[in-house]
Amino acid sequence: MPRASSRKGPTNSTASGNSSAVDLFRAASGKAASKELERIDQLFYSYSSNSCGMIDPEGIESLCSDLEVDHTDVRILMLAWKMQAEKQGYFTLDEWRSGLKGLRVDTTLKLKKALPDLEKEVRRPPNFANFYSFAFRYCLTEEKQKTVDIESICILLDLILGSVFRPQVDLLTQYLKIQSDYKVINMDQWMGFYRFCNEISFPDLSNYDPDLAWPLILDNFVDWLRSDRA
Amino acid sequence: MTKSKKLRKNNVENNVEAMEQGWAIMEEGIAKLKNILEELESQFSSEEYMRLYTTMFNLAGRNNIDDDYICQQLYNNYKESVQAYIMSTVNPSLRDKHDEFMLRELVRRWSDHKVMVKWLSRFLSYLDRYFVVRKKVESVKDLGFSCFRDMAYGEVKHKAKDAVIALINKEREGGQIDRALLKNVLDVFVEMGKGEIEFYTDDFEDAMLKDTAHYYSRKASQWIFQDSCPDYMLKVEECLKTEKNRVSHYLHSSSETKLLEQVENELLVVYANQLLEKETGCRALLRDDKVDELSRMYRLFHNIPKGLEEVAKIFKEHVHSEGLMAIQMIEDATCNKTEKAGGARGEHALMTTFIELHNKYSAYTTGCFCNNAVLHKALKQAFESFCNQVVCGTSNADHLASYCDYILKKGGSEKISDEAIDESMDKIVKLLAYISDKDLFAEFSRKKLSRRLLFDRNVNDDHERLFLTKLKQQCGGQFTSKMEGMVTDLALAKENQNQFHEYLINNNAAIPGMDLTVNVLTTGFWPTYKTCDLRLPAEMVKCVQVFKEHYEAKTKHRKLTWIYSLGTCSINGKFDSKTIELVVGTYQGAVLLLFNDAQRLSYSDIKTQLNFEDDDLMRVLHSLSCSKYKILKKDPDSKFVSPNDYFEFNSKFTDKMRRIRIPLPVVDDRKKVIQDVDNDRRYSIDAALVRIMKGRKILGHQQLILECVEMLSNMFKPDVKVIKKRIEDLLARDYLERDAENPNLYKYVA
Repeated sequence: MPRASSRKGPTNSTASGNSSAVDLFRAASGKAASKELERIDQLFYSYSSNSCGMIDPEGIESLCSDLEVDHTDVRILMLAWKMQAEKQGYFTLDEWRSGLKGLRVDTTLKLKKALPDLEKEVRRPPNFANFYSFAFRYCLTEEKQKTVDIESICILLDLILGSVFRPQVDLLTQYLKIQSDYKVINMDQWMGFYRFCNEISFPDLSNYDPDLAWPLILDNFVDWLRSDRA
Repeated sequence: MTKSKKLRKNNVENNVEAMEQGWAIMEEGIAKLKNILEELESQFSSEEYMRLYTTMFNLAGRNNIDDDYICQQLYNNYKESVQAYIMSTVNPSLRDKHDEFMLRELVRRWSDHKVMVKWLSRFLSYLDRYFVVRKKVESVKDLGFSCFRDMAYGEVKHKAKDAVIALINKEREGGQIDRALLKNVLDVFVEMGKGEIEFYTDDFEDAMLKDTAHYYSRKASQWIFQDSCPDYMLKVEECLKTEKNRVSHYLHSSSETKLLEQVENELLVVYANQLLEKETGCRALLRDDKVDELSRMYRLFHNIPKGLEEVAKIFKEHVHSEGLMAIQMIEDATCNKTEKAGGARGEHALMTTFIELHNKYSAYTTGCFCNNAVLHKALKQAFESFCNQVVCGTSNADHLASYCDYILKKGGSEKISDEAIDESMDKIVKLLAYISDKDLFAEFSRKKLSRRLLFDRNVNDDHERLFLTKLKQQCGGQFTSKMEGMVTDLALAKENQNQFHEYLINNNAAIPGMDLTVNVLTTGFWPTYKTCDLRLPAEMVKCVQVFKEHYEAKTKHRKLTWIYSLGTCSINGKFDSKTIELVVGTYQGAVLLLFNDAQRLSYSDIKTQLNFEDDDLMRVLHSLSCSKYKILKKDPDSKFVSPNDYFEFNSKFTDKMRRIRIPLPVVDDRKKVIQDVDNDRRYSIDAALVRIMKGRKILGHQQLILECVEMLSNMFKPDVKVIKKRIEDLLARDYLERDAENPNLYKYVA
């Protein structure tokens, strides 16, 4: 609540005719908050499609161009995470609200400016693991779908881990494409990739122990890497 | 006042005087004692004894316990006398002698000293009673002994020790020595301790042990190069025996263990590896079956720490290479020659060889190696290492199953005795323990059992059951339950057959038209057989119909599936020269019966009429037209059946026998069996994993794998990668989940 009042700057369109400071405070925060919500909603409706009442892929496309960000950019994915969006390619009003409120933005410009902060937030350790697993779930489009195809996984790996773990991601995607044991990847394996990048020293792989509970696909990956070297 | 002072003064004066007088008498006694010891005088007379004893007694009686003047004087005088005696007589005599003479002198002097002290302590016994106790000093005897120990023994002990050791070594080198003397000398050492062994240990034993070690170390360093392993071992055994003998004759018994340990250490421990690795060493002994030498080796190495480890290793390697050699020999001899997969004689040679090897080396472990656990383990590991190799293209589980089949068939036709069968079965079960793919063996056995039960006329029920009992004892009930079911089915089949006969008798409408025997098999027990939709000839249809009616009347809720591929029939072939009874399979019979109505049939005719599959039909026609007995003529007369061929009844066929069997060759479904077993294994692993996790709720990855392997070890050895895959599958199916904190921990999901 105090924060709302500290943003008196942008929300100074309210004509405050109230007497006491406390009332001013409360009225300002109440009014400011509701004004903010109004603007957020307005922004939503400016992108949403009338037929389904949500922002659909087209709407997202247009949002992206306004933000001057490519729709395949990882930051859109991060935004989806912030909103805890359930369906890939769509944002509901609730999701939109919670996302933008969380970012404390209510215009496209502010949203664009908030993107670097969002990225920082996501990259912080506890959030990143959360984001990483969200990214997988976000790809499960069908009901009861539990796996994602190799192609999409490779893209996702590149998108999410590529900037931090470039060598691992390059080799892993290469391996995933040429191996034939697995045609799809499940959540457990997906999380395994992340753990692998975090815990295993690369490129020597000296601390990898196949007797531990690493997913079999990673055991095979390490074997392939080691044989490739030899 | 004056009176008592005077009295006391008198008393004191009197005591001193009495002391002087009394001691003088004592001195005479001591001098006499010395002479007795030097054999210059004979024993004390009773009067002399009484005089000495009484004098001392009276003296001591005057003792005033307030100052103990008298007793103290006596005690001191006694001590001085003894010491003087030692200084003047004992030590000089010891000093001027050496070696054996010195030892003899020591023995003599100690013996004398004991006598002297004995007498003196008798005379001074009053002191022991009161004075010694009160003043807490050594008893008269002990004092006497201490003097000897400190003054005489103390001076001479080193020389004595060296002399004894020298004599011991002389004896070791074959010289003759006076053993009694050594025993006496060492008794002196022992007695110095007055009940404690420390003087013996410190002043003699330690040095003797060190010397022994040096002695044998020198010997060993020569022998190890000069002698062969058997000879060296003989020498060691001899040395140990000698040293033990030495102890029993003159060393103190407490030295035995330590002494033998020294010998073993220098002769065996130090050179253990070198000895075993000699050209004439362990490997050679095993190779040449030198049972006695191996027994000796066991006896010797058994006692030294970790002695058997190296022996066990060599033993294991030897057995392992013997196994591999046997395999190689058999592979070369048979597999490259036979055309068909798994020539019969080859397999049996392999198994019989394995059994022989096992007999031989088991005999070693129970005999030469006295049933030692380390050696048993080595044997087990060696067998496991080669019993699981693939030979002649198929695993030993298969070979073993074939061997069982062969034994049971032979037993059935009474070519071997009951005892021989029993023995063979025991051997088979023993070998099975070494094979890790036990479930594969079970499956192959089951298939073969099925053929025996259904086709073999000479099945001996008792033998079959005996074999299953032995298997059950070794591997558990789950292993044999299906096979037991099969045997029971056949036993019941006879019962059912009688019932069927009765039914036929009582039921006029039920006329099969020929002698019909039906075996009803319980599906779960028997291997699965391919069914085919054979269009039976009319004669056979009737049979099936009649039985079906009977069975349905007898039992509801059961479904009958007819497996014609397992049936046999007897058909009379009315050939030109004579009628011959043909014993063939049902498939073959069906084909032959077609020729009752047609002279000449094409392949496709037959196929359509009977609704056969190509691979089955080819086999059947081949057996009737291209094999040993050509019942049908084939046009063209080539070696193999082709879909374009034509067939005719061969009326010209004849044979000297009136009855011939025309078997249908068995399809090699080995690959399918292996495939089925592999599939079953996946389910077994799943079941084991779930069972473990259900019980433990939370378990670490490595622990889970260990317990899974353990649980399944009775049936097969699961591949760790396969287990991992099954775990992943269970994770995906939400039976298990990974712990959030520790990814190496699994939790059971209820």
